[in-house]
Amino acid sequence: MGLETKLGDVLPDVLTTRLDSLVNWARKSSIWPATFGLACCAIEMMAMTDARNDIARFGAEVFRASPRQADVMIVAGRVSIKMAPVLRRIYDQMPEPKWVISMGVCASAGGVFNNYAIVQGVDKVVPVDIFVPGCPPRPEGLIYAVMKLQEKIERDKVFKEEKAA
Amino acid sequence: MAETTTEQTQVTALPRTNVRYADASLLRTNFADTVVEISEALGEVTVVAKREGLIELMTYLRDEPSLRFNFLSDIGGVDLGEFATPRFAIAYQLYSLEHNHRLRVKVFVDEDDAHMPTMCGVWKTANWLEREIYDMFGVIFDDHPDLRRILMPADYEGYPLRKDFPIKGY
Repeated sequence: MGLETKLGDVLPDVLTTRLDSLVNWARKSSIWPATFGLACCAIEMMAMTDARNDIARFGAEVFRASPRQADVMIVAGRVSIKMAPVLRRIYDQMPEPKWVISMGVCASAGGVFNNYAIVQGVDKVVPVDIFVPGCPPRPEGLIYAVMKLQEKIERDKVFKEEKAA
Repeated sequence: MAETTTEQTQVTALPRTNVRYADASLLRTNFADTVVEISEALGEVTVVAKREGLIELMTYLRDEPSLRFNFLSDIGGVDLGEFATPRFAIAYQLYSLEHNHRLRVKVFVDEDDAHMPTMCGVWKTANWLEREIYDMFGVIFDDHPDLRRILMPADYEGYPLRKDFPIKGY
């Protein structure tokens, strides 16, 4: 993040917006997820990768087993309070730039499990970019979430720090 | 399997045809001071026992040729409410692979003295089952080789399946 903003201070805006588009296009076209299927939502996440709802055509070509090689973490399933430190550790092991999609109502808000054992929303543990409702969300719904994440990455300013309005 | 009379419907046995419960009358003679009562309802036989002499009773149930309960299906914990004495009940669900019959052994435990002898020496599978009872109810099993929480995190405080524990936790 340091080198890009230093470049952004030096280069004129017309050039940095062009570079922004290029970098964001590269990033959004190859979001490789890290496997974090915890419960039933993992089945629909697998269904998203099958031949019928092909997520590979949107760039999520491979699910990387190692978080160090992944761009996005799709938290698919309910997170128990015993699992929450593990979730945080996997998130911390991902290199920047990284995003989080909270898949399903259990990951987004605790779902049907409003009890002592389930974290009521993973945004209590990791910062979340996209929430996907559903129990489980249809594969098309999750693909829509990936597309929304792509739109969010498009708006990202890499070479200029966002100035508060 | 239900017998019907013209006046009332009385279910005498469970509708499942392959579930048989064993005849526990041998225990009345051999373990008269451990066994409190033997009851039968809906075709299921329940032996209520005392904590003292429980390991000998379970070893006998496992080894006696006519009973041969070599499979501990489950250990269930019951919280009868914070104002009940005794407060907890521990139910051992036993099954015999050789004879295909079952038995339930229930032991009542006070809240102030929530200790039970471990069954790990009799059936190895009691290890995790007793850890779950400890985690959820707080009943301590003496001489258990590895008594620690199994479902909740290791540093969790409180026993979630007690009746006075709030559903959302603390």
